[in-house]
Parts: sequence; C-alpha cells; structure tokens
Amino acid sequence: MSACSKLSALVRRTARNPNLSFIRATSTAAESQSKSSTASRKPPNLKKFNIYRWDPNIGGKPEMKTYTIDTNDCGPMVLDALIKIKNEMDSTLTFRRSCREGICGSCAMNIDGCNGLACLTKIDTNPSKDTPITPLPHMLVVKDLVVDMTNFYAQYKSVEPWLKTKSPPPQAGKEYYQSKEDRAKLDNMYECILCACCSTSCPSYWWNPELYLGPAALLHAHRWIADSRDEFTNERLAAIDDEFKLYRCHTIMNCARACPKGLNPGKQIARIKQLEVARPK
Amino acid sequence: MLSLRSRSRQLWSVSKLALASSTHLRKVGDPKRSMSTAYPVVDHTYDAVVVGAGGAGLRAAIGLSEHGFNTACITKLFPTRSHTVAAQGGINAALGNMTEDDWRWHMYDTVKGSDWLGDQDSIQYMCREAPKAVIELENYGLPFSRTEQGKIYQRAFGGQSLNYGKGGQAYRCACAADRTGHALLHTLYGQALKHNTQFFVEYFALDLLMNDAGECQGVIALNLDDGSLHRFRAKSTVLATGGYGRAYFSATSAHTCTGDGNAMAARAGLPLEDLEFVQFHPTGIYGAGCLITEGSRGEGGILRNSEGERFMERYAPTAKDLASRDVVSRSMTMEIREGRGVGPLKDHIYLHLNHLPPEVLKERLPGISETAAIFAGVNVTKEPIPVLPTVHYNMGGIPTNTYGQVVHIKDGDPDAVVPGLFAAGEAACASVHGANRLGANSLLDIVVFGRACANKIAEIQKPGEPQKELPKNAGEKTVSWLNKLRYADGDLPTSKIRLDMQRVMQNNAAVFRTEETLKEGCQLINETWKTFERVKVQDRSLIWNSDLIETIELENLLINACITMHSAEARKESRGAHAREDYKTRDDKNWMKHTVGYWDNGKVRLDYRPVHMNTLDNEVESFPPKARVY
Ligand SMILES: Cc1cc2nc3c(=O)[nH]c(=O)nc-3n(C[C@H](O)[C@H](O)[C@H](O)COP(=O)(O)OP(=O)(O)OC[C@H]3O[C@@H](n4cnc5c(N)ncnc54)[C@H](O)[C@@H]3O)c2cc1C
Ligand code: SF4
Ligand code: SF4
Ligand code: FES
Repeated sequence: MSACSKLSALVRRTARNPNLSFIRATSTAAESQSKSSTASRKPPNLKKFNIYRWDPNIGGKPEMKTYTIDTNDCGPMVLDALIKIKNEMDSTLTFRRSCREGICGSCAMNIDGCNGLACLTKIDTNPSKDTPITPLPHMLVVKDLVVDMTNFYAQYKSVEPWLKTKSPPPQAGKEYYQSKEDRAKLDNMYECILCACCSTSCPSYWWNPELYLGPAALLHAHRWIADSRDEFTNERLAAIDDEFKLYRCHTIMNCARACPKGLNPGKQIARIKQLEVARPK
Repeated sequence: MLSLRSRSRQLWSVSKLALASSTHLRKVGDPKRSMSTAYPVVDHTYDAVVVGAGGAGLRAAIGLSEHGFNTACITKLFPTRSHTVAAQGGINAALGNMTEDDWRWHMYDTVKGSDWLGDQDSIQYMCREAPKAVIELENYGLPFSRTEQGKIYQRAFGGQSLNYGKGGQAYRCACAADRTGHALLHTLYGQALKHNTQFFVEYFALDLLMNDAGECQGVIALNLDDGSLHRFRAKSTVLATGGYGRAYFSATSAHTCTGDGNAMAARAGLPLEDLEFVQFHPTGIYGAGCLITEGSRGEGGILRNSEGERFMERYAPTAKDLASRDVVSRSMTMEIREGRGVGPLKDHIYLHLNHLPPEVLKERLPGISETAAIFAGVNVTKEPIPVLPTVHYNMGGIPTNTYGQVVHIKDGDPDAVVPGLFAAGEAACASVHGANRLGANSLLDIVVFGRACANKIAEIQKPGEPQKELPKNAGEKTVSWLNKLRYADGDLPTSKIRLDMQRVMQNNAAVFRTEETLKEGCQLINETWKTFERVKVQDRSLIWNSDLIETIELENLLINACITMHSAEARKESRGAHAREDYKTRDDKNWMKHTVGYWDNGKVRLDYRPVHMNTLDNEVESFPPKARVY
C-alpha cells in the first residue's frame, strides 16, 4: 500500500521521537512450532520486527523492541508473527486478537506505517527490511499494542446505531419489507467491524478526537440514514449537522485507504453532506 | 503533538476518567472496597449478571433490561468482537418465505440431526420460537438479504427438509449474505446500547460465587484495564461464554473460544454434559482452518475428490452435499483414507464454487470469496477451495432445562435446578443439538435461549429484590488461585502445554475414534493436565497481563479437554459426531442418555442422565428414534 504516505510520515516521526529508545531482544531461534512441515524444511529467512513496547506497570518511556524470527517457520500473516513471538520468545508481549480472520476487528494496529489488521496483513518477508509495528496512532496506549478505545466506542453509540421507527411493521408479527435495491444501499457500510483503522488514520480526527465523530461513526450514521426501514432520517441528519461532528471531514480520504474491509467512509460522509444540503430545515 | 499519546500512565488515566463520565460503557456500580487480601476487591450488586456478550449474552442482557432488571454484562471481549461475529451462513426458522414451511418439520430435522440425543421439549421450544425470534431480529434492524417481494431471503442448508424428510430440501436458513453472525451481533449490540445495558468490557470472569447451599450468588472477575478484582453479587447469573474449540489444534473458532464458563461451572462442582460430541465442519480451509460456510453448498457448491467425483452422491444419495455435517465430514475422511484426497499429500478435498454464476457469488457469498482469496490464495470463480473437516462447534456444555436453568443430578433427581444459575448459547447444553448440530441452528439457539433465560428470571424474580449477603470468604479461593498462577515459576511455557493439549485432542478425539485412540487419549490428556503444575508465567503484572489470561484460559481448556476425552472413551457406540470404528452403530438400549462429566480435584468422574423424549405439549408428538439416513 503506497497510499499511506501521510500516515507513515507520522509514524516515522514518532519513531524518531527521542522518547523512544530502541532495544534489541535476545531472540534466539526458539523451538519450532511450525504449522506446515514443508515450510520448516526451507532455509531460515530471518526477519526483524520492531515492536512498540510500553508497560503501564513499569511506566517510563516506550521502547521499540526488535524480535527476529524465521518467516519460513511461521504463518503468512503479521498476527502469526506476533503469536510466534509471544509463544516462543516473549510471552509478555501484549496485543488484542480473537478471530484471526478479519471479522472481529480486535487486531488493528499500525504495521509498516499503515493501519491495518494484523491477521489480514501479509508479512513482508524481505529480510533486509525491518517491519515496525506500533499501536494505532494518536490513541492512548494501555499496554504495548493495546489502545484505549473508549472514546471511539462512545462516538459509535452517539449515532444511535439501532433501527428507529414510528410505525409498526405493515403486518403485525412480520418483517419490515425492504426491496433488494433498498437493501443493497446498506452494502459497503453494514460490513464495518469497528476496528478504528480509519478514524485513527484521519488527520482531522487526530486534531479533534473528542469533537469530530470520525469516519467510522459517521459511516454508521449513514448506514442508518440510508436504511429504508428507518423513519428518523431527518432527525439523524439534524443530530450530526454540526461544525465539529461532521464538517471536520476535509475529504482527505486516508480513511478509505486504511479500511481493511475495503469500505469507503469518506464517500459515505460526502453523501451525508449532500443530504444535509437537501434536508428540509 | 504528533507523537503517540502514550507517554505516561498518568496522562492515560486522567483522560480516561474524563471520558468515563461521558459514556455508559464502563459505568461502575457502587464500588465498595472490601476483602482483606493483598488484592483489593470492588463489590457490586445487581439483580442479574450476564457473563458473555456474544449473541446469547447480549440477547439475555437485552431481555433482562426490558424486564426492568438492573443488569451487568461482563465480557472479556468488546461485545462485537465475540465469536458470534464470525458466523456466516445464517439462522434457521420456518418463516415460509420461500416455500410452505412448518416449525414441526424443522423440529423433526433437528431431532434427526441430533441422532436422538437432543431433548425434544427444548427442541420443540426452539423451533416453535424461531420465526418470532428471527422477525424480532429483523425488527431490531438486522440487514437480512431479501427476496424479490422484499421478505427475508432464506437459503438451503444442511440437514433441512420439508414434510418430515419426505418433501425434499427446505429453504429455511435466513441470512445476511454470508455475514449473518456479524450482522446479528452488531444488531444486538445496538439494541443493548438502546437499552443502556451496563457493560463491563474486558473484564475476565474467573469463578462463580457459590454458597454452601449450592446456590449461585454471582461471579468474581478481573478487570484487565487496571488489574482490579470485582465481585458481582446477583440473584441470577447467566453464563454465555461460548465454546472451547481451541482445545483442538485446528479449529474454525477464535483464539478466545476457551470454554471459560464451562470450566467455571466445573470448578464449582457442576457437571458438563455430552462434551464428547464435538462437531467437525466439513469445510475449513486446508491449513488456515478458517471456515467456508455450508451456505456455499446451500447455494450449489459441490465437493469433489481427486478423481473429480462428486462423492457425496454415494454416501447420501438424497441430500448429497447437504447431508448433515457429521455425515459429510466422515465421508470426506473416508475418501482421503482411501487415497482419493487432493493435493500433493492427498490429504484434503476440493470445494467447487466455480460453476456458480459470478452474480450469486457476489451477492450471496462475498465474504467467503474474500476469505478464500486471502487464506487459500484461490479465486473462487475459477478454482476450487482446498478444504478439510475442522473442529467447529461444541454440542455439549453446561446442562440446562428448556428455560435456561442449569440442572444437575441431586438426590436422584436428574433435572434438579441449580438456584440462581442459568446458561445459554454454545456454553450451554439445553440440549437442542444432541449428538450433532445442524448448521444455522446455533444462531437460533443463542437468541432463543438467551431470551428464555431473561423470561424465566422475570418469572421467578422481581427487580430490586433483596439478596442474601455473600459468604464472608466468597472469592478467596479464586484470589489465591489467581495469585499462584501469576507467580507460577515452572519450566513449561503456557504455549508449550497448550500445544501438547491441542495435539492430543486433534490426534485422539478426531472424526473417527477407537478404543485404542481414546484410551491413549485419556492417558495423554491426564499427563498433559499434570504438566500444568509446571507452567511458567513470565509476566507478573496485573494490568493487561495477557500471559496470565492465556494461562487461565489454558487451565479452562484443559478441564474441557479432559472431560471430553473421558466422556468419549466411555461411550461405546456411534452417534452423531461421536463415530467409533469399534462400535459402528447407535445403541439406543444402552446409550440413549446424556453423559455428565464432573471435575473432581483434577480427575474426571462420569455419570448419566436421561434424554427428554417428551414434548412440551400436544402441539406436536415426540419423534421416536429410527435409523438416520440422508
Ligand atoms: C466460523 C464460524 C461460523 C459459524 N457459522 C454459523 C452459522 O452460520 N449459523 C449458526 O447458527 N451458527 C454458526 N456458528 C456457530 C455460532 O456462531 C456459535 O455457536 C455462536 O455464535 C456462539 O454464541 P455465544 O453467544 O454462545 O458465544 P460467543 O459469541 O463465543 O460469545 C462468548 C462471549 O463470552 C465472553 N466470555 C468468554 N469467556 C469469558 C470470561 N472468562 N469472562 C468474561 N467474558 C467471557 C466473550 O467475551 C464473548 O462475549 C459458527 C461458528 C463459527 C466458529
Ligand atoms: S475523508 Fe474525512 S474522514 Fe476520511 S480521512 Fe479524510 S477527513 Fe478523515
Ligand atoms: S470503516 Fe473500515 S476501517 Fe473504519 S472501523 Fe469500519 S471496518 Fe474499520
Ligand atoms: S483477530 Fe479478528 S480481526 Fe484480526
């Protein structure tokens, strides 16, 4: 992904920050727990991962710790590498993960300067290039790669992500009917996994994390605005028609580049803005 | 300003406090500090506490909030990260949107699918409630796929028939493309937010708080965020902690499916039912283990062996690729054993979707098209997907009755209720799946029985009702256990013992089992349990100590694994997912009964309780056992 230049600039700056010290882990090739017997027969391909470490129990300055692993004795994804490091070299390394297939949204982090899911990001096996892994940018770090998502979740809640209606379904005890075309309008929105890759790559969100709702929450706002079954469209539009909540988006489109599910929050925000213009006030 | 805001713990906590006031996410009850151990403990009192925020936990919590109960929902994962999110195919209900349908036909299929180990009263309840439950989800806003008329679209799924097996394939599985679990979980989370449910997110439940009278009075949990311990006192506790697929080496389950609730019940002296019934899903991606939904075969996908043959025609002439999961997984294993597997090692099977119209793939199976590309490097419009039967679901769990109340055998009563304790979802065994779960019956199970728990609690308890005091030493044993693990200084890392356990389960409690593999399995898993004494935890901290959490999860997995292996060894018959090569047939005379396994000081003790053959009322007659062919 060449498109994350702004983001990598940020992270590089972070990495150069004097507060960040680099330390090298004694990374002996630990016992093999390879999944594939064929892979372990290949000659080792030693690759360095520089991983952000910070332990609140100790405090002090965060550091970048280097772990060297044999990528030929490891699964293909960055999450596989992290798990390998945790299992075989340093069990104190802490990160969130659950589904390992890109659907739960737990493992969002910054890999090689780009936000993404560790479980869907392939390891760059080029041994001459180290891979830096840091927490989602501009988030409060709880420990190592784990960040505090409280604000992000509160913003999601603020868009009232549930169906709001004024009338009951046309036939009591039945579904609200929705045409295939109307249902298709929810595509490219309902698939969001709330990973925060988009919001934490958005410069506007960095500057105003508490005031600007950010791309993820706004994408969800539009998911309900666009739902033909929802009868609070106008109220929903009114609730976010705000200098800060909505109009901090300057269509920089970092969000779309960062989204691991291929969604385009920036585009949905642009749609909201159009609807705001047309909205009866 | 461009640096990460992570410089000091102080900045982090100050700002956290500021945020906490503007959200309900981490509202803490009336924290009152007590308990004079080295670990400070915060006490809370609620009418009800739900452990787990997957589909089952959320539905229970929503129901409890609706009934006016002051409810806490404790979850080790943020709700939408629960494994329900990964469910793809859909949720069964006889809505009749595609063809005429009847919940009794659905019930028949489920009883047959369970190989007559399911409790027919609970199955009746689930299938009869199903249409209501699915409509409710739609009314909550779930973005179901639609028919031309705008109704909920329903696809074909395995083991589903019309007219008691005589009317051909049923179209009963309601879905949101192939992302039904994701849509369901996010929808339920939205409803919980609407009801202002009080969540305790990233709190790890450690143990049940039981009193001497054998009543459950709540749970004790560890807050990962700051390492504090919390006792939640509640008149009713609902366990909805999901399955334990990670006891195996290759599973479709998430890393967090570690059977914690099961182990909490087992440590409290309660039994776990039918753990020997572990479902292998026919189509896990070879190598990666990620699931390819049965819906892919529902939409017309076909399994082929190395000769290009559609071999399921031989094993299940009527249902073919849509036979029940246990049947398809065994057939695939047979093909591989007989040398007709595909790939260089001839050790897997191909799933073909490339004959399906690209529009169908795009509209109905977009998620698995993506998954196959990422994890198998396959373009599904052109190439087959390499697949292998993979551990997927635990039919067994904490035994409950039709209303979600946990039961055990007491004074000769096999249906004795444990006061104050409920269970729902994959952690529970109601038992609606018996020896084999039908696809798309679990999402149904979790919403129906999550709701049933809330309804039962509303029947027997009032909001704000006074509660017994906790025993003075409640949770003390847990704290010393936690402390011991935290400072565990043996010679075996958690990951090593975990891998040993996973290998034993994978090798010795597989698709096909024999006396030999199971006897050896019992011995090996006992030995693995012994080695847990030698575990080493490197991280001694309390805040987000993931090393410690994985070690607790390992202990929980080991308890589930031991009971699974011993239950399997004891059952001398083949039924559903439990296929023995030395006892090839179902033996209703001796084995139509539920296994219950207890965890007695590190040893497994087995007992049995009868299957409920009765139905709830005369709306349907009980289905007597017969041979199971597809
Ligand atoms: C890949 C895949 C696809 C599937 N597809 C389908 C399908 O199409 N149709 C179908 O019907 N079924 C399907 N299933 C099965 C179904 O998804 C699961 O059985 C079901 O979602 C389980 O829901 P649950 O609420 O019981 O548990 P989960 O969703 O697993 O939730 C468990 C909850 O418990 C919490 N928890 C666990 N331990 C603790 C603890 N110690 N402390 C605090 N909280 C804890 C977790 O945080 C989580 O919130 C699928 C399963 C898989 C793996
Ligand atoms: S398009 Fe809007 S939301 Fe997306 S990154 Fe740019 S400013 Fe942020
Ligand atoms: S829009 Fe994409 S990047 Fe943003 S939270 Fe949703 S899935 Fe993640
Ligand atoms: S682990 Fe679930 S998205 Fe990566």
